[in-house]
Amino acid sequence: MKYVDEYRNGRHIARLAEMISREVSREYVFMEVCGGHTAAIHRFGIPSLLPPQVRLISGPGCPVCVTPASYIDMLVALASGGEVTIAMFGDLMRVPGTMVTPAAARAAGADIRVVLSAGDALELASSERKRNVIFPAIGFETTAPGTAVTLTEALKRDVKNFFVLNAHKVMPPAMEMLLREGTTIDGFICPGHVAVVTGSSAFDFIPRRYGLACVVTGFEPADLMLAVLMLVRQVNSRSPRVETEYRRAVTPEGNSRARGYMDEVFEPGDAEWRGLGVIPNGGLTIREKYRRFDAGDRFSFDLPEPEHESGCRCGEILRGVITPADCPLFAAACTPDSPGGACMVSDEGACNTWYKYHIHE
Amino acid sequence: MSERITLGHGGGGREAQILIRDHFASRFGMNGPMTDSALLHVSGDLLAFTTDSYVISPLFFPGGNIGKLAVCGTVNDLAVSGAEPVYLSAAFIIEEGFSLDQLDLIVTSMADEAEVAGVRIVTGDTKVVGKGTCDGLFINTAGVGVLGRELSHIGNASAVREGDRLIINGAPGDHAVTILAARRELSFDMPLVSDCACLNHLVKKVTGVPGAVHFMRDLTRGGLAAVLNELAAMTGCGIEVDEASVPFQEPVRGMCEILGFDPFSLASEGRLLVVAAPEEADRIAERMRQDQHGRDTAIIGRITSTRAGRVILNSASGGQRFLEMPPGQLLPRIC
Repeated sequence: MKYVDEYRNGRHIARLAEMISREVSREYVFMEVCGGHTAAIHRFGIPSLLPPQVRLISGPGCPVCVTPASYIDMLVALASGGEVTIAMFGDLMRVPGTMVTPAAARAAGADIRVVLSAGDALELASSERKRNVIFPAIGFETTAPGTAVTLTEALKRDVKNFFVLNAHKVMPPAMEMLLREGTTIDGFICPGHVAVVTGSSAFDFIPRRYGLACVVTGFEPADLMLAVLMLVRQVNSRSPRVETEYRRAVTPEGNSRARGYMDEVFEPGDAEWRGLGVIPNGGLTIREKYRRFDAGDRFSFDLPEPEHESGCRCGEILRGVITPADCPLFAAACTPDSPGGACMVSDEGACNTWYKYHIHE
Repeated sequence: MSERITLGHGGGGREAQILIRDHFASRFGMNGPMTDSALLHVSGDLLAFTTDSYVISPLFFPGGNIGKLAVCGTVNDLAVSGAEPVYLSAAFIIEEGFSLDQLDLIVTSMADEAEVAGVRIVTGDTKVVGKGTCDGLFINTAGVGVLGRELSHIGNASAVREGDRLIINGAPGDHAVTILAARRELSFDMPLVSDCACLNHLVKKVTGVPGAVHFMRDLTRGGLAAVLNELAAMTGCGIEVDEASVPFQEPVRGMCEILGFDPFSLASEGRLLVVAAPEEADRIAERMRQDQHGRDTAIIGRITSTRAGRVILNSASGGQRFLEMPPGQLLPRIC
């Protein structure tokens, strides 16, 4: 597979591993804040290639993991009402709300279907005019442009039965909040796909204000190994800055057209991140012009009494303060088959990844 | 809300295992290992007996249809148990309004495939249900095969030893990706056909080498990942797989990259795993390559004595990770 196999070449990767081992001179902790990175790091066995002095920890980069349980409750309540179809990303299917997962709600009769994009959900609404179709809009700068384009299209075509339940979030404010609240790391493996849209300059404040190393990174094993080498060198030379390893996709200014669509449809707003609380300007709010598509405004529903997530320490895990193994529920009351929280469900979740790759060691 | 069946329970992964173990096997008094076929002692002879239901959508797909699948699936379940398939039953649940022309096409391909496999369809049943109570057509087939005593270990893995080699007869996952594309759930076309095929002639070529084959299983739901994890659990051995040696087709790998599927979890309907003694592995692989359904045969790994009960994947990039039992239904991810 061209543009993939080159970045999985075992010889190149072994050479990068040697260079990292030669250059480490202390302990290093680097945080990845993209769920795609978390998944790739473990899928390719990157920790087994790094010297013990280099530790990679996961931050709040899995869109499913930072979605509050009450949001899942809203989806289930909407879908169970009888008149609404939820057309959503498959990732959400097995995520527990406070009562049930969407998969269980679907088995009990709720109309929940899996789509691959907001556009597919709009097409579904266009082909089934009698159903109200709601697209749960989750994710970061990576998925928000897709939602934005779809809403401009829905407005242009005057589609009356299409809505989004908006929970879009943006990454840089969350990274800043982690640093303000005392997460101690030496640098960030910055999210490559987010940076395709925002540009690498979106992370400039991190070395400037916090003196930390930053490398915008791709998703193949050679990308990750090279990024670690670049981070180690920044730390060793005490010259923190934003470097881009993922140059085949990322520019300093990013994709202005995608950001134009986002600005057309959304404005910055406070957002609740599961485990982290409300982050000022940590999300996107639908602008007045597109408010008619906001399912949160348009539909009313009864939510179950929220149950306290007893003992689940997802918040500290998402902030990189503890590892999943430090959570008292981990691998006991909380497993992939009986998850206590979203981090154990999603393939990009830190707990799920740890369960798969570390519990049996 | 009381617990209900979800689609994940039908995915052939962990959820399916739990359903079978806790809700069926315990009540039916089935405590042996879960093999593809039951082995029955009937007046001195050994018979293999199996059944499977086919509910595939769409009914027609590149490389086959539900009828061909219903014959191949059951023939393969018998063949990988070491048995020579002889007789099949065929039962049809048909939705009111179903086209008789389509039914004829499906039944004709069942007859054709049975002839290719050398089995006879000898009994059957037909039910017609009201519109909306089934998705066009469901088919159940059951099958009986005759098993030589020297092959009775094949399905239960009791002969598997450290050092044995893992062999597969071609690229896994073509069937799963073909079906996804045929459902138009993917917004691009796939240059693929299903691998759906009867493997009993191929199996006969390899079981002809005395004592060489220690285990066989077809790679259906849950794919290679599920079969290898079941084998590790059945034997208590460790298993090592070399990712670079698994001959996935490019479109399958590409689709998995885009949708976030693990290609090791994708279903096939004409692929099998053969575990063979190390000194015979090359000879077995050569015999498999001589069969039309084994041209891309590859030796992909080995049985080990480390990491008991676990499957280790040596990734092509040099790292190592566990290959997990797939959880249940495959769900595309978002980014």
